[in-house]
Amino acid sequence: MKLLIKGGRVIDPANEINDIMDVLVEDGRIKAVGQDLAAGDAEIIDAAGKLVCPGFIDMHVHLREPGFEYKEDIASGTRAAAAGGFTTVCCMPNTDPVIDNAAVASFVRERARKAGVVNVLPIGSISKHQEGKELSEMAELMEAGCVAVSDDGKPVDDAGLMRYAMQYASMFALPILSHCEETSLSRGGQMHEGYYSTIYGLKGIPAAAEEVMVAREIILAEATGTRVHICHVSTAGSIELIRAAQERGVQVTCEVTPHHLILTDEIVGSYDADTKVNPPLRSLDDVIALRDGILDGTVDCIATDHAPHHLESKDCEYNLASFGISGLETAVALIMDQLVIPEIIDVETMVQLFTLGPANVLGIEKGTLDVDADADITIIDPQLNKTVLPEQFYSKGKNTPFKGMTLRGWPCMTIVKGQVICQDGIIANAF
Amino acid sequence: MTRPFKSVRETGKGAAVDNIAFLADGCKEGFFIAINEGVEMKLEQRKDLLGLRDMSREEMELILDTAVPMKDIIKRDIKKVPTLRGKAMVTVFYENSTRTRTSFEIAGKYLSADTVNLAVSTSSVQKGESLRDTIKTIEVMGFDLMVIRHSMSGTPHYVARNTKMRVINAGDGANEHPTQALLDMFSIKENKGTLENLKVVIVGDILHSRVARSNIYGLSKFGCEIRVVGPATLMPPEVEKLGVKSYYSLDQALKGADVVNVLRIQRERQTTGLFPSLDEYSNLYMLSPQRLLQAKDDVLVLHPGPMNRGVEISSVLADSNTAVINEQVTNGVAVRMALLYLMMGGLKDEIAN
Repeated sequence: MKLLIKGGRVIDPANEINDIMDVLVEDGRIKAVGQDLAAGDAEIIDAAGKLVCPGFIDMHVHLREPGFEYKEDIASGTRAAAAGGFTTVCCMPNTDPVIDNAAVASFVRERARKAGVVNVLPIGSISKHQEGKELSEMAELMEAGCVAVSDDGKPVDDAGLMRYAMQYASMFALPILSHCEETSLSRGGQMHEGYYSTIYGLKGIPAAAEEVMVAREIILAEATGTRVHICHVSTAGSIELIRAAQERGVQVTCEVTPHHLILTDEIVGSYDADTKVNPPLRSLDDVIALRDGILDGTVDCIATDHAPHHLESKDCEYNLASFGISGLETAVALIMDQLVIPEIIDVETMVQLFTLGPANVLGIEKGTLDVDADADITIIDPQLNKTVLPEQFYSKGKNTPFKGMTLRGWPCMTIVKGQVICQDGIIANAF
Repeated sequence: MTRPFKSVRETGKGAAVDNIAFLADGCKEGFFIAINEGVEMKLEQRKDLLGLRDMSREEMELILDTAVPMKDIIKRDIKKVPTLRGKAMVTVFYENSTRTRTSFEIAGKYLSADTVNLAVSTSSVQKGESLRDTIKTIEVMGFDLMVIRHSMSGTPHYVARNTKMRVINAGDGANEHPTQALLDMFSIKENKGTLENLKVVIVGDILHSRVARSNIYGLSKFGCEIRVVGPATLMPPEVEKLGVKSYYSLDQALKGADVVNVLRIQRERQTTGLFPSLDEYSNLYMLSPQRLLQAKDDVLVLHPGPMNRGVEISSVLADSNTAVINEQVTNGVAVRMALLYLMMGGLKDEIAN
């Protein structure tokens, strides 16, 4: 089985490639990247005018299985990933049961092999049952295929436990992904605290709720000489803390989400619960600071925090609605339309943030078009205009504040291990 | 400007009014339509009244002007006009209230609308029914208009999006309470003769107050200088961006004030750590005749009720002529009658038929 992707603009930040080239795939691996490649018996994919990139990685996804299959499952969530241009997703452990032992981690990987269509790398929990009291068996989780640990969905309140977690995980170079939220400051909050929470009369979640814990994680990582990754950074203050820490050599990395890069808290005024997310949509100053963080390299990667929810938990009173945005199927198009095409960031930066960036944070051998690497490839049509139609999502979660937006620049082909999983937004019949 | 119902007053207070003829007369004379056709059209086109933030000064003026003759109806012996005969409205209160609910109910009844009160807390919510289903159930019974109060901000907006009924917000969380602000404005105008360029002090728990927000949105469109005063922990972030001045000292805020609107302090705010004690609160922020010496001589004191006497307002002051707290309640009925009339368009429909 050979594929020859011809005439596309190949962008591979790991190899500093940005040129019109061909990519030859054989037996699920990259065979060659170069100009005017020929292979008589290969299936030809005409990529003229398209961007040919290493497979995109979303290191922060909630696939909800096991336990919450009514919101999403591995079959639907991985199809959403493929449709959105992702070849690898890391799934968070806040399932039921929690991914805090080898049995659950193995179950997820097994389900992904059988029902999934993209690579699924599970993330184990930091603490048993995500209760923040005792450490999970991290060596066992790693053995079972977990690529990181996180209690995402909630913070590790106990600073002492987080310190132990950092020290313990560092023995295995297992990344810690920290959801930073000081709950005594965020409790009951519905949106970002600021001018718009004043106007809309909703209880605010101050930026300080995030920043207090970002500062804590940085101090702990520095004190223990270990590393930490900050999930879904949303405030200017957090970016400032992380930037300063990185400058003095602290091993801290971070991710931002497309929605925090694009939307502000003003949009909450519709009281449409699809705008309700944690951390909340922040102020314009925060959005600008996140973009600056990308431009100066403070931000390592873009991750969706894909949080699918059932219709009933969004179609209700704002205060009663669940937090979260279904993000897999819009992320790439949003970044293309809102940041790349308007020339706020260049296309290499975008590819970096979706490929090498997360791969480096996780320490996985993905995100490149190296010869012999897994043939995970994302092809983007930078000219394609399409409207966000949640009812057509593969994800069970239709909860997106971007519904109805027409975006330019969509993934048009997703190849996982040499197989074309998704073409023009449609999952191939074989899957 | 011609006042609606003026001729009705002149035909004799207390006269039997159970005839459609006089309404037709009123219409022929063009009282309602003549006021400001453009604004009236706008109000008719407005499906819902969710807040004053997006309401124009002209719309508010129309409501306040229409409330003047409505108040006369309340003072009659026979307090009923057939204006909204055949219309049905329902009040749905997800939060306890006596005066607002009763005020809407009697306003509807004075105008002959069929008025039903739904005690939600004891029915569907306890059975776990979703708000969407509750709304649909009410809608298909044929109601024209729903008055909703809810402890969660934005719920009337959600309801309005999901029903064909007209929706009036009777208070949502800390967001808005438009009819309270309208009745406050009516009371101010009645006493001061104008709403223009007054110095209005709002004192208390600004953070959680929908009354404060709606008053700010309404009064600021009349050029009033609005001063909000309260403890720092009960002051919303970036409140001055709303075009108000914020103060921590009540004495400073009161200097030269024309109107003081005193907010009710919820006792449970203390247990969540927002202020140390009711004693300390009243030492700092209770409005008393002594404190009021800072204000203008003819200062007017408002309170949306129910009052905590001796906490946010001194008993002596509450019962004095400076305060018009009872009059506010009457005005509330008049303003709500005006709103129901303008929104349900009973008169015009009647004529059209």
